[in-house]
Amino acid sequence: METLPPAESAVVQRIASDLKGRPGPLLEVLHAIQAALGYVPGAAVPIVAEVLNLSRAEVHGVVTFYHYFRRSRPGAHTVSLCQAEACQSMGAAALAAHARRRLGIDFHQTSPDGRFSLEPIYCLGNCACSPAVMIDGRLYGRVTPERFDALVADGAPSP
Amino acid sequence: MTTLVYVPGDAGALSLGAGEVARAIAEEAARRRAAVKVVRNGSRGAYWLEPLIEVLTPRGRLAYGPVTTADVAGLFEADFLNGGSHALSLGATEAIPWLKGQQRLTFERVGIIDPTSVADYVKHGGYQGLTRALSMEPAAIVQEITTSGLRGRGGAAFPTGIKWKPVLDQPAGQKYVTCNADEGDSGTFSDRMLMEGDPLALIEGMTIAGVAVGATQGYIYLRAEYPHALRALRTAIAAAHQARYLGSDVAGAGKRFDLEVRVGAGAYICGEETSMLESLEGRRGEVRVRPPLPAVKGLFGQPTIVNNVVTLASVPWILQHGAQAYANFGMGKSRGTLPIQLAGNIRRGGLVERAFGLTLRELLYDYGGGTATGKPIRAVQVGGPLGAYIPASQFDTAVDYEALAGIGAMLGHGGIVVFDDSVDMARMARYAMEFCAIESCGKCTPCRIGSTRGVEVIDRILAGVDGERNVRLLEELCETMVQGSLCGLGGMAPFPVQSALRHFREDFRGRVK
Repeated sequence: METLPPAESAVVQRIASDLKGRPGPLLEVLHAIQAALGYVPGAAVPIVAEVLNLSRAEVHGVVTFYHYFRRSRPGAHTVSLCQAEACQSMGAAALAAHARRRLGIDFHQTSPDGRFSLEPIYCLGNCACSPAVMIDGRLYGRVTPERFDALVADGAPSP
Repeated sequence: MTTLVYVPGDAGALSLGAGEVARAIAEEAARRRAAVKVVRNGSRGAYWLEPLIEVLTPRGRLAYGPVTTADVAGLFEADFLNGGSHALSLGATEAIPWLKGQQRLTFERVGIIDPTSVADYVKHGGYQGLTRALSMEPAAIVQEITTSGLRGRGGAAFPTGIKWKPVLDQPAGQKYVTCNADEGDSGTFSDRMLMEGDPLALIEGMTIAGVAVGATQGYIYLRAEYPHALRALRTAIAAAHQARYLGSDVAGAGKRFDLEVRVGAGAYICGEETSMLESLEGRRGEVRVRPPLPAVKGLFGQPTIVNNVVTLASVPWILQHGAQAYANFGMGKSRGTLPIQLAGNIRRGGLVERAFGLTLRELLYDYGGGTATGKPIRAVQVGGPLGAYIPASQFDTAVDYEALAGIGAMLGHGGIVVFDDSVDMARMARYAMEFCAIESCGKCTPCRIGSTRGVEVIDRILAGVDGERNVRLLEELCETMVQGSLCGLGGMAPFPVQSALRHFREDFRGRVK
């Protein structure tokens, strides 16, 4: 199993200790770890398990159940393309094909330069403005291939 | 004198550039030394006009849209701050025909008020429902909800008052009010709009529920895909605490109610109520076997109310205006109003709140104006990824729980996704099974295995392999999933497949060699 740098290990330890008194804390802990490190490293599982007095299997089971928790380090920017029905009706499949070509990666992959991770997402709640895309938590509607290129051109969308 | 300009902070409006427009207006105003205050309201729901900005004038609120940053200087030139005429002028917002004909009860303040302001909320009728509830016996509050005819707007349409009663009847002790804000159905965004545009309505509704059944703690289970709603809720909860509408002494009535938002993690199944409770407890979102019902043994084993956002946000209106006033809207057993969401390939998409009873045709053509692509509508999917596909021949069906069930469809959370005639219905059927396979919690076999087998069978049909036989096999598989699954995911995922087979069989036949 991978080992964590001591600083990251300490972050995980501190988050789990801080939140363990809350009712049903595991998802909260995993969210906080992902917010701090960008993902939930496998080596975080035994630390969280020990602090929360759960088995490693329980923690691993939760991490792997939820699509939102990443188990590998993400690129600098996470690009999520909605693939649900409303966006399909407005060309989400074609946009996804364009995005794959443009970024040179498939869904669930990170570009070799570490700039982009590409993820499918099932509904961003922007279904009257399809197709919808989210980049680093910012939402975009009616995204054409041209607009997509502009959004990823600088790598960092304007805040 | 400072002029109020409203620029939505709603995620959908932001996705079309409302944030940049707000900034450009503030900058242009500063340059011209014009006294302008920009208010970030919710969206009126006319997404085809977003970003839709409004100016408060002596003639009321006047609308302009859709506005881009390139239009801002021109709007100032046209003296829009005094309601000046411009190519983007839409006149008085309330008079826009698309909005004027709506019957907004639950959404009465969305797009109108500043969602962060308790004062603005109260000025527009907020907290009158809670005030009345605090003067009533708990059983009378529950009876009021029952009498109103309110049914669960998340999709299951179970009578809300009947769901509250057993929680009230449990002996005193720790009880919970939980809000299911895991709005995962494609084509739906009413929960998101409400939470961003009028979060205090949800907070008040949950507080009333707490007062009614004796619960002191509430949780909102919000999907991770809604970061804007998360910020809006947290801001509003803090403001409600500050104004003493939450906490140890709600509205000075000596009752406690606390509220916390918990964020989901991208699992569609957590919109199923028992799975949501598992997730709130920090576990895998696997469905629980019922009984016991959550009303008896819910969150952390305690009596728990579980309701959807729109359901709970409808409660303040009902308490404020009375059960009968609400029940006067609607038809048959579907009382009140429904915030309907027009989505996908539609020219005028957005949120239409109307009493139950209008037809799909009115929605799709009168409100929606047909498809965005200009081609004929071939099919609509109502009620999310587990909802049936409905062909044009059935567009005269009324928006009513029973009427839609009567044609083998379901209303669900009120989302309508429109497809033009380029849609391949066999591919949509495959997607329904694929989605179920991705999102199945794995607890029961018909859903876990059935959905994967479903994708495989449809792939064989698409490849033209033994078509007739595989179509029959697919029909049998659907039946097994419907009859044998533990919850609605596996139990309803076949609905879009079966409806596609029933109404659009030619899309499957084309592959039969």
